[in-house]
This record gives sequence, C-alpha cells and structure tokens, in this order.
Amino acid sequence: MNIIIINGLIIDPSQNLEQVGSLVIENGIIKGIVDPKSYILKGDTALLDGKEFTIIDAKNKWVVPGLIDMHVHLRDPGYEYKEDIITGTMAAMMGGFTSVCAMPNTKPVNDNKTVTHYMISKAKEAGYSNVFPIGAVSKASEGVELSEVYDLVDAGAIAISDDGMPVASAGLLRKALLYIKPIGIPLIDHPEELSLSKTGYMNEGLTSVKLGLNGIPTSAESVAVARDIMIAAETGSRLHLAHVSTKHSLELIRWAKKMGIPVTCEVTTHHFSLTEEAVNGYNTNAKVNPPLRSESDRQAILEAIADGTVDCIVTDHAPHSYDEKEIEFDKALNGISGLETSLGLSLKLVHDHIIDKKQLIKLMSYAPASILNLKNKGTLRSGADADITIIDPEQKWVVDKDKFVSKGKNTPYHGMELRGRALMTILGGKIHGNTRA
Amino acid sequence: MGFNKGIIGLKYLNKNEIEQIVETAFSMREISSRPIKKVPTLRGKTVINLFFESSTRTKTSFEIAAKRLSADVINFSYASSSVSKGETTIDTAKNIEAMHPDVFIIRHSSSGIMELLSRHLKTPIINAGDGTNEHPTQGLLDIMTIMDEKKRIDGLKIVIAGDIYHSRVARSDIYGMSKLGAKVFFFSPPTLITEHYAGLGAQITYDLKDAFTDADVIIMLRIQLERQTTGLFPSTREYSRIFGLNEHKLKLAKPDVIVMHPGPINRGLELSSGVANSKEYSRILKQVENGVAIRMSAIYHTIGEGYEYNNN
Repeated sequence: MNIIIINGLIIDPSQNLEQVGSLVIENGIIKGIVDPKSYILKGDTALLDGKEFTIIDAKNKWVVPGLIDMHVHLRDPGYEYKEDIITGTMAAMMGGFTSVCAMPNTKPVNDNKTVTHYMISKAKEAGYSNVFPIGAVSKASEGVELSEVYDLVDAGAIAISDDGMPVASAGLLRKALLYIKPIGIPLIDHPEELSLSKTGYMNEGLTSVKLGLNGIPTSAESVAVARDIMIAAETGSRLHLAHVSTKHSLELIRWAKKMGIPVTCEVTTHHFSLTEEAVNGYNTNAKVNPPLRSESDRQAILEAIADGTVDCIVTDHAPHSYDEKEIEFDKALNGISGLETSLGLSLKLVHDHIIDKKQLIKLMSYAPASILNLKNKGTLRSGADADITIIDPEQKWVVDKDKFVSKGKNTPYHGMELRGRALMTILGGKIHGNTRA
Repeated sequence: MGFNKGIIGLKYLNKNEIEQIVETAFSMREISSRPIKKVPTLRGKTVINLFFESSTRTKTSFEIAAKRLSADVINFSYASSSVSKGETTIDTAKNIEAMHPDVFIIRHSSSGIMELLSRHLKTPIINAGDGTNEHPTQGLLDIMTIMDEKKRIDGLKIVIAGDIYHSRVARSDIYGMSKLGAKVFFFSPPTLITEHYAGLGAQITYDLKDAFTDADVIIMLRIQLERQTTGLFPSTREYSRIFGLNEHKLKLAKPDVIVMHPGPINRGLELSSGVANSKEYSRILKQVENGVAIRMSAIYHTIGEGYEYNNN
C-alpha cells in the first residue's frame, strides 16, 4: 500500500527533524519527505511520479516513528487468562506502539528458540504490532545456569533478561555479561536486592506506616544498581537497567555514564506519573515492583528524564486478572496494565515543558530502537520500515478500564483525564487503529 | 456522626466519635458486674466472629460483649473454615453475609482487608485486628483504661515501647491518643521502627531515660519471639536488658505511672513479673475488663443505636 501523510508535524529525532511536511510510504517502506508541489491531490488519493497514494491528512497531528515499548509482559504462552499475544499487541497498537519487547517470564519461560519463534510468529499472524522477544538470562530464569543465549538471538531475541526477578547472583551476572559481549545485545537487569525487599509490599515511607504495610526501602534497588554498574564497568558489556525508580539509582547511573560505562536505563510511566500515595485505600492497582516511590524520587526521575540520564520510557505492561488484584493487598500480584495509557501520561512531560517533543519521541521510539539494535525502526529515514504513529497531542480523553482491549484492567488511572493520544498506527505500511480519528 | 458502616480503624474516627464510644463503654461496664449480666438491647441481632487468625482473648471478649447485649454470636475460625478449601476471603464473607448477619467482627493477617471487604459487603464490620495495620477496639480500651485512671488523655506522656513496626496496637493507640491530645513516645530498637513513624505525631526515642522519665502511662508491646530469628534483635536477653521494663526503670516515670500491655505477656522479656503483678502500677487486667465494655459499646454503636441499654 502506498500512503502519503500530509499536513502533519513530522518529528524524527534520528534526523533531528521537526517540520510540517508530507511523508511518503511506498511498499511498506518510508520513501521520505516530499515537497507539496511534487504531488497532485485527487479526491482521496494523491498522484506522485505517476503512482497513486492514499492520503492521510494529519493536520495539527504529530507524525512520528512508531513508538517502541521495550518492556512489556504479554503473558503468552502460559498465562493467556491475563493476556495473550493478540490482545497484548492490539493494546500496544491502541496505545500507539508499533513494536513491543516481550519479557521472558512466560510459562514455559522464554529460554529457548521454540518459545521465541512462537512469540514472533503469533504476533506476525495477528499483525497489530511487532513483537521482539527478550530471552531469559538463565534457564527457566532460575538464576543458576546460563540459557542458550546465542540460540535465542539467532531465533530473534533482541536482549536477555530474567525480569520479574533480578539476576541475584553477581557471579552469574558477570558470566552472562561476558558471554553476550561478542554479540552486542544488552542484558536487561531488574535491579533488586531481595534480602532488602522480600518482606515489603510498598515503598517504605509515611504512607506505608499509615497503612500498616511493610515497606521496601529504596536501597533495595540502588544497591543492585551499584553492583550491576560495577560489573558492567569491568566486563565492558552492555547493561540496561529496567524500571529505575529511585533518586540514588539515577545518581549512580548518571555517574556511570559520565565514566563511560556502557549502561542505559529506562523508567516506567507510572514511576514518573504517580507516587506511593496512590496506594492509599489499599489500592492494589497501584501495587507494582519496584513500588511507587516518594515525591522526591518522582522529581528525581523527571530531572533525569530532562537531563538525558534516562534513555527511554517503558510501560512494564503487566496485565493481571481481576481475582489477582481484588484480593488482600499482601497477596495481590504486582503490576499495572500500561500500554493504553502510556502515551497520554508521557505527553504530560511535553505539556509540562519538562522535555520537548523530539525528546519525547526519542525516549519512546528512537532510543529503544538504538539500545536494542532494531534495524530500520525508531526512525523516519528513507528506507526505514514504515512503522509510524500519528498522535493528537491535544485530544482530551478519560481513561476507562472497561474500554481497554488488554485483558488486564489493572490500572490506577481509571477515571483520570489525559491530554493526547495515538490516533493511528501504520505498521509496515499497513494502516491500523484508525478508530479514534 | 455514625458507626453504621462499622469501626474499621481509629485513623478514620474523630475525637468526638472516640469519646462517644468510650463514654458509652463506661456506662455499659456496670452490666458485667450485675448478678444477671445481660441486657436485651441487641436481642434478635446476629453477630459473626469471623477470625482468620487465631485469637483467644479478643474473640472471647467480643463474644462475651455481644452476649451481654443479648445478641446471637456465631464463631467462625480459620481452622474450621473453607479457607483451607481455597475459597477467597471475599467469597467466605459474602457467603456468610447471605445468611443475614447484622455485624461482622473480623480478624485477619492482611493489613487493609477491612477496606477490601467493606467494598464487597453491606454488613458493617468491626475490625478485630488486621495485619500490622490497626486493632481499633484495643486502642479504644487502652484509652478507656487511661481515662479511668487519669480522667484525661490531653497532655499526658504516654510511652509505647517494643515492636512498633509490627504492631497494630501501636498504630491504633497513636491515632486515638494523639487525636485526644496525648504526647506519645515510641521507644523501640531501631530495627523495629522506622523514622517515618514520626509522621504519625509520635516522638521516637532509642534512649530509655528519654522514654520513661516522667511518663504518665507506659504501654509495653508484646515482642514476638520469631522476630529474633529474622535478625531484628540479637537475643531476648539483650532485648530485655535494654528495651524491657522492670521495677528499676519504672522509677524514672511519674510516681503515679500506670503500666499497660495488650497481652499475652512474655514475662521476663518485655515486662518483669514484678511490674506485671504490681497492684500499684499494672493495669493489664483492667484493660481486659474494659475490653468487654468497649466491645459492647462498639457493637452497640454499630448496630444498636436507638435501642435502650441502661435498663435494669
């Protein structure tokens, strides 16, 4: 399908570009930006170089490289009652994401090429968004023996992680980092020192005291971040730190980057949108790991987003069933269903002038593509895959969990008004999700 | 003002509501001294004791309280429940609710369970202890016992000592007592409290002289022995020496100090037998006695308001 997107504000951090223009897509590939004088409008189509193009009018909208969420849990195979690849990728599409990276904590764990193949092919069949699987660091993510990482990468895995759990053994982490060095993929660690966190249910602070819930101190994360950075410094391998949530962790990462240590990091939308106070009333939809932190941690995250210490924004989309959340707080599972609210929440960073448009698109598309070496993704350069998101940055809408296409209705934002959303995604030149335009 | 939704925590009650429950308890206490210890106030009402965590004294106290008001009491405890069959707490409670009880008295090991259940139940709930969150009737009976002795709470130095971190009693006490104007001190090893507790309005001290000097009331909390195995304190011997209360340390307090304890006591650990047995200082059994009156009052205010209770 040939498409021309006209009148939109084209934002592409990979080319340091922000201009109103016409973007041409031919045979699933981006052809480039063309002069409006070079084509002739003819009803719903445009004529360019003698060929017909379907017109999408993106006036007052942003045209950006397809958003990429490098940290989601699609729950498939094994936990399809929470989410499956079809509903998960559809939720991604509705949220404006053309690519998501699936964490390996499925059942069985994605520690082998069969599961990796399954994820990719099921997503392709569904066709809503690309799925790039993340393989397990260790067999069954048990933290003992390395999984067959090269096999996983050959099958299509783009990184390794035991997310959900930290790589608890420093020895194993070091071995894993050494082992992956020649293939250049990052290891994504979930930094958590379990001996500090395992008895807690929420961030340690006045809110946890008032609720009588055992707290998780911020050091449970920062000591693991420090450890991981030291091992990355020594091995020179690429380390990506998942869902960083504390001031001290970010200070350590800032230092590591200054020292030239090959570390990148992500923050979740919920850690910069909410604080521990969202747990008040024993709201299990605000129960996540790492826990929602204090306002001063949230401010530190915003600062680190603004100064570039944070590389990308992720959802850590973690769908759960009703019964896993409507239960005693200590028994409720951790996680937020985040794909459908992420962009609306992240646009607030631009509306609040914390970052500019280009920086936001970098955080949500170009940077994850670079971290994960995703070829022809995260950019609108000529020759790149025609994965595009069209965003209305102004449209106000109210989050309604019952309208989520994700099976996970576990959101702390139900009833909240957000400003801005994705109107449409184009995936490999195919128009999708044009339900809200 | 009203308690028709139950009593879930002292964090939700204001000064007047607390005083009202305590006042009613004072006037109901006399019923327990009568030859026939029963008033017909709650005749025909069904009270469910729903205990998901083992308890002897609190459950008995609630049962006696309800019976003295002529309510029918059904006891449901963890061991005989269908919890072991995999039923959720919400389903268990809803099944019992279908039999039209008037009030639930609930104890559970999870903090916040009352808030969860109250979203699913129409029947009012009286919290008999949830996790490490609150134990409001204990807080109320502690207030009643202090009022009994000191005739006021306002301005008193009240020391709560021991395992603050895991104590639902400490939380209900500080919520209630600070609303009534007490100066509350927490005295605890640093591993059994966090500095965030200062945000509840308490003064935290790790020094026994600071804690006990000129105290009007000392509330010793039970130390749970399993805390030692998790490394929160090194030995019961050292705990007792530094953080326990004995006759010698008691001399720092005001001469008319009273000592309380929610029970059961670990004699010789947090409290010496000499202090525990002392008629002069110990009000531990008085607390138990007042507990029945407080629970009568709590049940009455939840489901019986409008009915007469001070008839003979």
